[in-house]
Amino acid sequence: MGGQPAGPAEHTEHTYAPWEKRVDALLVLLSDKDRRHMTVDELRRNIESLGSASYETLSYYERWMHSISQTLIQRGVITVDELGRRIEDVKRRATRGEL
Amino acid sequence: MSAKVPPLFESGAHVKVRFAHAAGHVRTPAYVRGHRGVVERLCGSYANPEELAYARSGLPAKPLYRVRFRQEELWPDYRGDSSDTVDVEIFEHWLEPDGGTG
Repeated sequence: MGGQPAGPAEHTEHTYAPWEKRVDALLVLLSDKDRRHMTVDELRRNIESLGSASYETLSYYERWMHSISQTLIQRGVITVDELGRRIEDVKRRATRGEL
Repeated sequence: MSAKVPPLFESGAHVKVRFAHAAGHVRTPAYVRGHRGVVERLCGSYANPEELAYARSGLPAKPLYRVRFRQEELWPDYRGDSSDTVDVEIFEHWLEPDGGTG
């Protein structure tokens, strides 16, 4: 993170998984001028609040997922319970091969 | 953006970045804090990201400057050319006038 000692930057092209593109699109929709459910500044703040250990282990869009969830909970757009139930629901569908 | 603060610095102004460690979201990189640079240009006025990060308006908009630093000023062990510089965009409330030698 900003200005801390680190190894050399890797300049490689990424191919994005469909879920990563969905996470990107989700932020665009949540922060557009019609919705304004969150700002990119809140995204950054909640990524920073991961702490260095999680920051290093999560992938780029995993950090976004964490941050978007936290921001929407803090803003009262969704509740912890709603998110938890939804995650369980998606897991069940994935187990049954429905996704 | 209607509400704005009039800018304090002009291009060429010598400035020093405040040496501060705020407990929250800030947009000023740690490696420039406490260092001297020169205002390269005023970029405009923008809602304060340190407030936007907490779901507040960030208004009045604050002047944002592109500040040029000598690499040797920032990195004591810098081995590149002594004329190398880096530009960093910094909001006005992180800057103070630098009357000293820099």
